[in-house]
Amino acid sequence: MASQEQNTRQGNKKGFRAWLQKLLAGIPLIGWISGLFAAVLIEYFLGDLISYYLGLPKIPVLFGFLTVLKKPLLMPGTTGYLILVYGLPILLIAKSLRKPANRLAAFLDKGPVSIGAVIHLGLFYGAMHFWTDLSDYRLLVLKLTMIAIMLTLSINVINGYMGEFSCSHPGFMALGAYGASTITLLLFANDKLFGDALLPEALGLYFFPLALIAGGLIAALGALVIAIPSFRTRGDYLAIISLAFLFIVKSLIENLEFIGGPRGMSSQPNYSNLPMVFTVMVLCIWIINNFVRSTMGKALNAVRDNELAAEVMTVNTRKTKIIAFMFGAFWAGVAGGLFAHVLRYVNPGSFGIQRLAEILAMVYFGGLNSVTGSIVGAVSISVLSEALRPLEIYKWIIIPLLLIMVMLFRPWGLISFTEFNPKELMKPKEKKIEGK
Amino acid sequence: MDLFLQNIVNALQWGSFYALIALGYSMVYSILMLFNFAHGDIFMVGAYIGFGVATALLGFVAMTGIPLPGWLILILTIIVTMFFTSFVGIFIERVGYRPLREAPRASAAITGLMIGIILETGNLAILGARRLSFPQLIESTTYQFGGVYVTNKKILIVGVSLTLMFLLHRFIQKSKWGMAMRAMSFDFQAVPLMGISIDRIAPLTFAIGSALAAAAGILYGLAYPVLDPYMGVLLGWKAFVAAILGGRGSILGAALAGFMLGFIEIFAAWIFPSTLRDVIAYSIILLILTLRPHGFFGQAHSTQLRL
Repeated sequence: MASQEQNTRQGNKKGFRAWLQKLLAGIPLIGWISGLFAAVLIEYFLGDLISYYLGLPKIPVLFGFLTVLKKPLLMPGTTGYLILVYGLPILLIAKSLRKPANRLAAFLDKGPVSIGAVIHLGLFYGAMHFWTDLSDYRLLVLKLTMIAIMLTLSINVINGYMGEFSCSHPGFMALGAYGASTITLLLFANDKLFGDALLPEALGLYFFPLALIAGGLIAALGALVIAIPSFRTRGDYLAIISLAFLFIVKSLIENLEFIGGPRGMSSQPNYSNLPMVFTVMVLCIWIINNFVRSTMGKALNAVRDNELAAEVMTVNTRKTKIIAFMFGAFWAGVAGGLFAHVLRYVNPGSFGIQRLAEILAMVYFGGLNSVTGSIVGAVSISVLSEALRPLEIYKWIIIPLLLIMVMLFRPWGLISFTEFNPKELMKPKEKKIEGK
Repeated sequence: MDLFLQNIVNALQWGSFYALIALGYSMVYSILMLFNFAHGDIFMVGAYIGFGVATALLGFVAMTGIPLPGWLILILTIIVTMFFTSFVGIFIERVGYRPLREAPRASAAITGLMIGIILETGNLAILGARRLSFPQLIESTTYQFGGVYVTNKKILIVGVSLTLMFLLHRFIQKSKWGMAMRAMSFDFQAVPLMGISIDRIAPLTFAIGSALAAAAGILYGLAYPVLDPYMGVLLGWKAFVAAILGGRGSILGAALAGFMLGFIEIFAAWIFPSTLRDVIAYSIILLILTLRPHGFFGQAHSTQLRL
């Protein structure tokens, strides 16, 4: 994946670009994922060796960004490492596996989408597993990125597909985080707030999805506070209502002593492991994608484009709004629950205006009304904000500037108004020569 | 009773900050139909510029030995700071809002937010994380009316902000520029055809709004002398709430709603435990907006805005 981005960036020259296109053509998604898997395996077994010979102190954790920004002299070594470990293997494996990969893709194309998706995702998960096994920092960044994807998708339902400007997402997230944490702490952990565990700890991991769902449902109930006023008003007034909701939730949590008040909740059990976060994220993408492509999703678009006309065309606008708000809030709550169990500490301060700016940045950077855009936005902003960490506060000048640039040149975001079709993505690419 | 009157005095002071900031939001909205989300941070920048100007003036006095009285320095500081900060507003309009005039409104909102973050971080990068304390330009004296304690600063803050609001009102109602602004807020499409350039009115609006925010910043610095780069965030968002509550694009509404927000917050903190302040205050606002979705003076359809 990284090499793909690098290559397209270099391909400004006409002839070079055509050559590159030809080089990359005809490889189905499963080929790329196999390449990634191989690259990750190479890093897993040979990473230390390669980095030793390239003069690097240790394996570059986040594509070498951190290393290079701290010690610019290591630039050639890091670049070499990226090419040797990621670039070349991905390209070579993907290229050489082209024929069998295409055959496999054609075979999977005949069956139901779900089987193909499971195989792709399984392979991808394997790659992620080995990739994160090398460092805990990677694991944390990956988990937070996945949670960011869920948040961005869920706010896209409200802000993108339904066209409201909702500012309450951190509030929903807080409701979910506190709801899920309360359940797990009460039932499965010995802690200061709720005392001893009520149920054996071994059951915890199985109950955790239920706790997440409960957190999501609490957030969805909270969303009613915004959904009901939204019948009569929209736009700026709804933005204020949702903002007021955010302030209320935050302040309410600060005042409830039994869930920790301003000090927050800590020592949540470590249930948000990588498979859990990955599975929930995949479920979230799958369900939200199906939701926005369903009749309901079209109704959302109708309400956004012209509420009156939608009403005339027999769209039940009230029902649509309620469902959209509750649906978006539910997934924000689930993401919040995961977030609380990843960091294993939450306090009201983590769900303030700052978080709101972050989520809004992700969704508007990636693109409205688009599942792909949300994924791109969430991944790029969260990886960027981790990768630029050595720049300290200058990071918060570079990222906003980038976002302003995107807004000036693509006001709807990078990839907006597109459909995300897994079947299309997984198709064999042999017949088509153009396009990759 | 005394406590009640005391709280009214405090609420007047607290509300004048909100009102002055909310005016900027409201004016920009009435012209461009966009909210300038960097406005809270312009307030912060104004406070810092005010700090710089005041320090420079004090240094000038100390160096030359010209005995300028404190109130004169304060007035000079306010005027000079308003002048400088208005350029910040013009710059933001030029960079962030003019290219996005035709773009979807959410994009402009995001740009504003991001400019705000850049202002905060830029400040942090230039001045470092240490907190500055605003120089005390006038001696604080306390007057007692019955059981109510009123400091001269409180009188000054309320007085200066009311004066500025009155001047703004006169400017908009009586001057030619004000008339152009009113016309622009009445009909965004037709007025440019009459030879009034939006490229001159919009920067003017941003300049006036920023100048008011700067005045609010200095007054805030007088009352609460500690400056930090994030002081504008919460205050700005709350003033945004006030601007909406007053009815979008309504100057009178924004000023009144600013004072009202001050009253709600102070009295919520007085009657209930003060930690519950935000819960109570924003529940009331939620209720008001649910019952009266277009604010106090706003109109249902934004083609008919008043200024």
